[in-house]
Amino acid sequence: MSDEPELILAELSDDELVEQMKDDLYDGMGPEIAEGTQILLNRGWDANRILKESLVDAMRIVGLDFADGILFVPEVLSAANAMKGGMNLLRPILAASDTQTSTGRVVIGTVKGDIHDIGKNLVGMMLEGAGFEVFDLGINTSIDEFLEAIDKHDPHILGMSALLTTTMPYMSVVIEDLDKRNMLKNLPVMVGGAPVNKEFADAIHANAYGPDAATTAELAKTIVGVNRP
Amino acid sequence: MLIIACGALAREVRAVADQLPNFTLRCFPATLHNTPDRIVPAITTILDDTVGQHDRTILALGDCGTGGALDRLCTARDLQRLPGAHCYAFFTGVTDFDDMMTEELGTFFLTDFLARQFDAMVMRPLGLDRKPELRDMYFGNYKRLVFLSQTEDADLLARAKAAAVALDLTFEHRPTGLTPFARDLARLAA
Repeated sequence: MSDEPELILAELSDDELVEQMKDDLYDGMGPEIAEGTQILLNRGWDANRILKESLVDAMRIVGLDFADGILFVPEVLSAANAMKGGMNLLRPILAASDTQTSTGRVVIGTVKGDIHDIGKNLVGMMLEGAGFEVFDLGINTSIDEFLEAIDKHDPHILGMSALLTTTMPYMSVVIEDLDKRNMLKNLPVMVGGAPVNKEFADAIHANAYGPDAATTAELAKTIVGVNRP
Repeated sequence: MLIIACGALAREVRAVADQLPNFTLRCFPATLHNTPDRIVPAITTILDDTVGQHDRTILALGDCGTGGALDRLCTARDLQRLPGAHCYAFFTGVTDFDDMMTEELGTFFLTDFLARQFDAMVMRPLGLDRKPELRDMYFGNYKRLVFLSQTEDADLLARAKAAAVALDLTFEHRPTGLTPFARDLARLAA
């Protein structure tokens, strides 16, 4: 049994609490993240500020440590789960907020024939954290479903994900179809997934390749003109 | 002849050795499936280590998430590979494998090797031994576990059933034997 006194989140100052939440998210402590988020809301913090200064920043560090081989997939998923706890509290507030300005709209989905969605879900979460409205079509998404969602949501970006070598060519099928419909001019396409790389993305004429969730969110901001050099 | 195989197939390659010409078997660790970008370098290392020692080389492994890099290596180094993107198809035949995937896209496969090494190849690398709450994030979209057995082994069958329970998937057992695998390997080796 630890001799350390139990940490009472509500007794921490704002700065201490934000730092503690970053540590907790890194360690995948979901209930603590939900509690910390609620405390900051009760203290009058803007939902957007909580999202950016605690959750997104912590998840960005998780992403960097994953890329550096310090963390592995289970730890990243635990952190994402913890972030979800905070997001569940913030999302309705952000959606109802008059002052909330969307960074842009993104339609994302795992392509047809593929049921893997861990990476895609992480990307969705980071995009939300970056202020995007995310319309997630889920798994096994056909071209008709992508087209329907594009028509309905008028996105600024289309994102496609695949885990399998056998399903990644479907990204090319979708892009070719969009090209035939003359839709690519106004709809940048981002692709990602374990077997996907920059070379493949270039070969199928995708506008951008997201090697990981955090980088994808930054690339998306660049595409819509938020990140200007 | 050199056969380079995934460690998950080593036992099966040896089991059909009497149907093949003389060969040397070299394997890379099956755990590289969790870091597929390291598979092609691992094979390249074996190729470089054995330059000039064999008249030809056969690869006994699927694409395994290399994103086509494995087949590009085959073209560049004049190698032949067993047909199929996944090693499961080596045991079922490509057509039967495709039919099973059409039947249920959310199918998770075990072979004898994977049933035997389920903890080492699945539970521990995915962190499910220490974070069981992640199970549905990994397997929530899967519906069934199909055990493709190469041998009749009651212990492996029990292990495969236990794996299905652990992953909360329905269980099906489809004995494949080694016939399709031996046939395709012999065809490449002929």
